[in-house]
Amino acid sequence: MIVDLTDTNAGKIASAMVQLRHQAGAPTVGMVMTLVIVADEHEHYDAMKAALEAAHEHPSRILVVVPRPGRGKPRVDAEVRYGGDAGPGETVVMRLHGPLADHAASVVLPLLLPDAPVMVWWPGKGPDTPSADKIGRLAQRRVTDAAARRSPDQALDIRADGYQGGDTDLSWTRITGWRTLLAALFDQPYARITGGEILAERSSPSGELLARWLEMRLKVPVERKSSRGPGISGVRLHTVDGAMSVLRPDGRTAVLEQPGQPDRHIALFRRSTSEAIAEEMRRLDEDEVYGEVLRHTHRPPPVPKPRLRSVRATRAKVTNKSASKSAEKAAKTTTTPSKAASRRRAPKA
Amino acid sequence: MRQNPLRDPRDRRLPRIAGPCGLVIFGVTGDLSRRKLMPAIYDLANRGLLPPGFALVGFARRDWADQDFAHVIYESVKQHSRTPFREEVWDRLAEGFRFVPGDFADDVAFDQLRQTITTLDAVQGTGGNHAFYLSVPPKFFPDVLQQLKEHALADGPPGSWRRVVIEKPFGHDLESAVELNRIVGEVFPSGSVFRIDHYLGKETVQNILALRFANALYEPIWNGNYVDHVQITMAEDIGVGGRAGYYDGIGAARDVIQNHLLQLLALMAMEEPVSFSAETLRAEKEKVLSAVRLPDDLGKHTSRGQYAAGWQGGIQVPGFLEEEGMAPNSVTETYAAIRLDIDTRRWAGVPFYLRTGKRLARRVTEAAVVFKRAPHLPFEATATEELGQNALVIRVQPDEGVSVRFGSKVPGTQMEVRDVTMDFAYGESFTEASPEAYERLILDVLIGEAPLFPRHEEVELSWRILDPIEDYWAKQGKPEPYDSGTWGPPSADAMLARDGRAWRRP
Repeated sequence: MIVDLTDTNAGKIASAMVQLRHQAGAPTVGMVMTLVIVADEHEHYDAMKAALEAAHEHPSRILVVVPRPGRGKPRVDAEVRYGGDAGPGETVVMRLHGPLADHAASVVLPLLLPDAPVMVWWPGKGPDTPSADKIGRLAQRRVTDAAARRSPDQALDIRADGYQGGDTDLSWTRITGWRTLLAALFDQPYARITGGEILAERSSPSGELLARWLEMRLKVPVERKSSRGPGISGVRLHTVDGAMSVLRPDGRTAVLEQPGQPDRHIALFRRSTSEAIAEEMRRLDEDEVYGEVLRHTHRPPPVPKPRLRSVRATRAKVTNKSASKSAEKAAKTTTTPSKAASRRRAPKA
Repeated sequence: MRQNPLRDPRDRRLPRIAGPCGLVIFGVTGDLSRRKLMPAIYDLANRGLLPPGFALVGFARRDWADQDFAHVIYESVKQHSRTPFREEVWDRLAEGFRFVPGDFADDVAFDQLRQTITTLDAVQGTGGNHAFYLSVPPKFFPDVLQQLKEHALADGPPGSWRRVVIEKPFGHDLESAVELNRIVGEVFPSGSVFRIDHYLGKETVQNILALRFANALYEPIWNGNYVDHVQITMAEDIGVGGRAGYYDGIGAARDVIQNHLLQLLALMAMEEPVSFSAETLRAEKEKVLSAVRLPDDLGKHTSRGQYAAGWQGGIQVPGFLEEEGMAPNSVTETYAAIRLDIDTRRWAGVPFYLRTGKRLARRVTEAAVVFKRAPHLPFEATATEELGQNALVIRVQPDEGVSVRFGSKVPGTQMEVRDVTMDFAYGESFTEASPEAYERLILDVLIGEAPLFPRHEEVELSWRILDPIEDYWAKQGKPEPYDSGTWGPPSADAMLARDGRAWRRP
């Protein structure tokens, strides 16, 4: 059932939801959270579709906010959906016209489910500091997507600068499959790791996060190499016994190669947005590991050991190049370049 | 072994996945294997929880090649798997399929099985880790286990593991259960034996622990001061069907009460464990099972029945004695109800009523805590005539959830209080995508996590409870017939009426 409300307000939207629920004969509210999607006109449909799929796992009230700034009169037009395609919860698409576009929180706040947690998702560019955003402030969990930014490289820097507990990014969620597989390798006895490399499409924020994660956890340098993708196409870890690698050239099946072991194949899919959103909805507390990985910067090259010299030399070159490149970019933007640059200059231990 | 540098307890996105390993299923042609095990393995693979190179070996008396076996799995996965079929996942999984034809007495076949496993270690990298799933009738257990021992399959190379999985029934009385444990124990150490009670893999059953021990709301009233009695029901709408041969001589109590219902009772009644480790959980379950007391007069406080021909849900169905392959004079019960008391401070004076039956009105499993009436009702007597006892019902299946029954004012000018239900449906609040019990349990076996598997002490304790009742029933002749499609024999109602209570209609 769909009810269209033109020039309406939050109170009328809320009563339309109650009415629809009663008509459907299901007056109890089994929804576990409110998901707010802030999207452009051209992004909102796909995002809503992904959210509805995810809602099969996590029944939620989905509020889609489409700001339409402009001069005209402030006005809310809403579309309330319940049952049928709307999945197990209610979905409201709200178009906020004119100056109201800047005051979306005033419409969202009265429509949040009582007590239940709130997650906000910006499928597009999203604000630079999600926790300072008016709608972001209502939410426990703020999900952005670095890959949707015009310059994904830079997007991670912006995310790191504005990071607050509760922020996550879909470029991090997309690598859970990789991380699971890699972590499982270390459940078995393993040889000492001396370094690694990541093969990924140029400017893949997911590849960069995976590299940072490995660097941080394994305490070895990880080289970023560009490949034709799709997405991340491989991870190679150098051990004292030889290389172990997971290669996924086709984006579907990975080959696992380990010294002294037969090659093994395993399905490793690129994840759909709805899967990623469903994973985000599973945990609503702070993702500390993401926060640490995001803010992890390249460590200064460790004391050189002769055996590794060649590898490290290339890595240092790449690092310097990319660092100066993004510093350049940072200087051009409105973000705080001095902070970003100083962070880069004085990396954490 | 060193700690895994990539794991962090705070990083809860990463699931545990099984290390390199394989699963060998005996009785792979059986119904359970086709309907539950194979789809569960595919679903696990599809969720990325199986290791690369996972191997599945089938063992059965069929003249099959590996491809035939793969085809059988394919059919079963297509038909029964929970998650969508994906070619890539299937192809990778199918690389690890092997079939070994043979008899349980056949030494050559077991030699071949050992070779297959060794080859898999080399080709698929299973690392010598293998679990043996005995999906066969218990009478074959000794043969299979003995063969595993003789062909050195029960011990892997150093640093690897071998585990064995057995399904209920775990014996048919205390003596046979002890004997079974002895046979299994001779071949596998107790830490490597996984007894599957698939009920314990169900989300709702695990939720009993969350409901009781994660909330402030229920535990204070979870005792004899507030609880009048507890009813645990597992009703099936089907008859014995093709399982007549198995079922005759076993009966409802051994089939269901001994394992599922007593496990549910233990979870409902146990004290709070100090942690959720396998050890402490089992310790609490064993404590409460050891405190169970049988009624003095078994004739008054138990009931058994046998379904007669009738109509079940609009379909005409035969009686138990007319089922194909059933001895016409069988005295096996298809309905059993018993009263148990628990001699602890928490539960003194609170009876637990357990019932199970086949061909009842509908399929339902639930545990209901029925509370005492309020000590005083400040209303006119007429206002509360329709008010029953408050109840908290945990629905295990179908439509998993929890509901609370309580009194509420009927709208209108008069004061009138009537029972209403407040409902939490699992499917509504979480996940249509909740994993099947077998997925969870198979993964736990492969990872080696034991909390959801009953230990042999629990099995023996539950036979200790059931044996006297079975002995008593054995002397009572034929069970009372009840019409198919109803809620059981009249003696079951009389049994509760004697205590001044009545069965809920689930």
